[in-house]
Amino acid sequence: MVAKLPEKEHPKQSFGWAARDQSGVLSPFKFSRRATGEKDVSFKVLYCGMCHSDIHMVKNEWGSSTYPLVPGHEIVGVVTEVGSKVEKFKVGDKVGVGCMVGSCHSCDNCTNNLENYCPQMILTYGAKYYDGTTTYGGYSDNMVADEHFIVRIPDNLPLDATAPLLCAGITVYSPLKYYGLDKPGLHVGVVGLGGLGHMAVKFAKAMGAKVTVISTSPNKQQEAIERLGADSFLVSRDQDQMQVAMGTMDGIIDTVSAMHPLLPLLGLLKSHGKLILVGAPEKPLELPAFPLLMGRKMVGGSCIGGMKETQEMVDFAAKHGITSDIEVIPIDYVNTAIERMLKADVRYRFVIDIGNTIK
Amino acid sequence: MAKSSEAQHPQKVFGWAAKDTSGILSPFHFSRRENGDEDVSIKILYCGVCHSDLHSCRNEWGNAHYPLVPGHEIVGTVTKIGSNVKKFKVGDRVGVGVMVGSCKSCEYCKQDLENYCPKHILTYNSIDNDGTRTYGGYADMIVVDQNFVVHFPDGLPSDAGAPLLCAGITVYSPMKYYGMTEPGKHLGIVGLGGLGHVAVRIAKAFGLKVTVISSSPRKESEAINRLGADAFLVSNDAGKMKGAIGTMDFIIDTVSAVHALAPLLSLLKANGKLITLGLPNKPLELPIFPLVLGRKLVGGSDIGGMKETQEMLDFCAKHNITADVEVIRMDEINTAMDRLAKSDVKYRFVIDVGSSLSQL
Repeated sequence: MVAKLPEKEHPKQSFGWAARDQSGVLSPFKFSRRATGEKDVSFKVLYCGMCHSDIHMVKNEWGSSTYPLVPGHEIVGVVTEVGSKVEKFKVGDKVGVGCMVGSCHSCDNCTNNLENYCPQMILTYGAKYYDGTTTYGGYSDNMVADEHFIVRIPDNLPLDATAPLLCAGITVYSPLKYYGLDKPGLHVGVVGLGGLGHMAVKFAKAMGAKVTVISTSPNKQQEAIERLGADSFLVSRDQDQMQVAMGTMDGIIDTVSAMHPLLPLLGLLKSHGKLILVGAPEKPLELPAFPLLMGRKMVGGSCIGGMKETQEMVDFAAKHGITSDIEVIPIDYVNTAIERMLKADVRYRFVIDIGNTIK
Repeated sequence: MAKSSEAQHPQKVFGWAAKDTSGILSPFHFSRRENGDEDVSIKILYCGVCHSDLHSCRNEWGNAHYPLVPGHEIVGTVTKIGSNVKKFKVGDRVGVGVMVGSCKSCEYCKQDLENYCPKHILTYNSIDNDGTRTYGGYADMIVVDQNFVVHFPDGLPSDAGAPLLCAGITVYSPMKYYGMTEPGKHLGIVGLGGLGHVAVRIAKAFGLKVTVISSSPRKESEAINRLGADAFLVSNDAGKMKGAIGTMDFIIDTVSAVHALAPLLSLLKANGKLITLGLPNKPLELPIFPLVLGRKLVGGSDIGGMKETQEMLDFCAKHNITADVEVIRMDEINTAMDRLAKSDVKYRFVIDVGSSLSQL
């Protein structure tokens, strides 16, 4: 049986931009989405953040991509329709969808609000939905998602600057809580000042931490301290600075996904300190056992967060006035934006103005 | 520079020491300090042979100072107490483990975490408060600050209990710290040697389901029938390892050689913890994707504080947990070290110091 054309697969017309092949170049794409099911929420997409994962996926860097691929998992908009069994949302509500649109709802992880660790978790784009069709992400004019995976955006948050919270925000908020780095007075290091890193600085400061940014770029120091509120800045290539800071940090959130040495970072930790990786280098890193044992230190990972925690994070952001630092772009700038992201030339997230530029 | 202890200390001691990087031990006369106000003098009855003793004697960590008297699993009886010592009396059966001192004023010491004090003093091959070198338990007596001496519970035999002072606390402490004491949880133990076999027993006493992961299929019967493990995985059996993917809440890794972490990480469920206790001389390779995608962590641990060491001994006495030991004479130590290097021991040598260490 021939697979249906994307446009004809489902009853609701959608229009977005998709990558067609491993070049990762995006172009206009007509497709369709399912009708609003009894537990679904449909919304008009107003903004979608551009995450570095979108680049990995459009270029098939993880080897799992199928084309056409509509990326985007930092999606915000306004509800247009709700299914008959939807209780939490109504037409007109400001909502968002992050990295997941489905999970099994029965395993230990799902039962504990950890849908992100469910072995059957369904990604917002590039994955197979329950009905066997491919999921399409937020670089498009509309979105349908199960109520369980919809997040309410509080009124006082600007939609465009809130979109990146749905991936970058939760990706750093979740480990700050899980690994106990959310207590006032702790000293938290943040490695890398990009999409994830700048959010980590803001959240950690709001949680009462002293924050040190660790970066290879000395030119980010002024921004880090004056704009983002970091307390200090360490240039990681400066041996003297690193030496002085040894044994001073309770935890480090490492957002760097390129290969880099762990030993100097372990050295920055106090005993019982925690090095948390949220960026994932493709190849293994060297782990020296001695500092791990002698200081009872740990190296852990984290991947986004569950739905309950994502809502909690958005509410926390609303309470503390935390949003992402963004550059809003029209959809037809998206390929240029990707080029600039590859050179880390953005402070600190591109957000596509879908509402005004995808028609 | 360490003072020459033989000249400075009044108490004559006889033991065995390694004299060079060959690690071969031979008789050695030395001396220890006079018993101070805070001190306890101990006639040594038994001393366990820890793999660390082997690493140190052969300078495998590059920090050995010779002559080196190893031994940090010491059981003996009190022969003298200082004027400020209230916790012990002459004749008490006591133990000394891996540390004999710490600063007593830092945040770690104040939290009973002397093992993480930056200035903690090791039982051997370390520098004591008076600037002299510390000598361990392959000797007829030792003088130790009362804060670093533990009561040896009545139910515990001296020979089979001695290894608890290092091996026991080394596995007990991370089980508590990393939350492995909830009955029904599944713990994997990698390596069935001195640390591993004691870990199986302590874990079973905590009510955990235990799977031993080993490269030696011949250890399976022992692991299950004698030590009480629930299951056994041969680590180079790809099929069996695959079947166990995502089944464990925790893994305690006792292997000190360089080895692959990726297969072990895959055995963990999401949110699982891999605790590594060995000290290989090169870094391990850590794949990051499984850590991130499964929120897994790799942590370390180093012995335990004094309060916890006493707690561990009391726990073991209550649950009848001891080590499986092969008791040897002091003059058999070099053969024992060679066998230990080949893992040819079930599962700890213990030197019968009291009966076999005699003046020539």
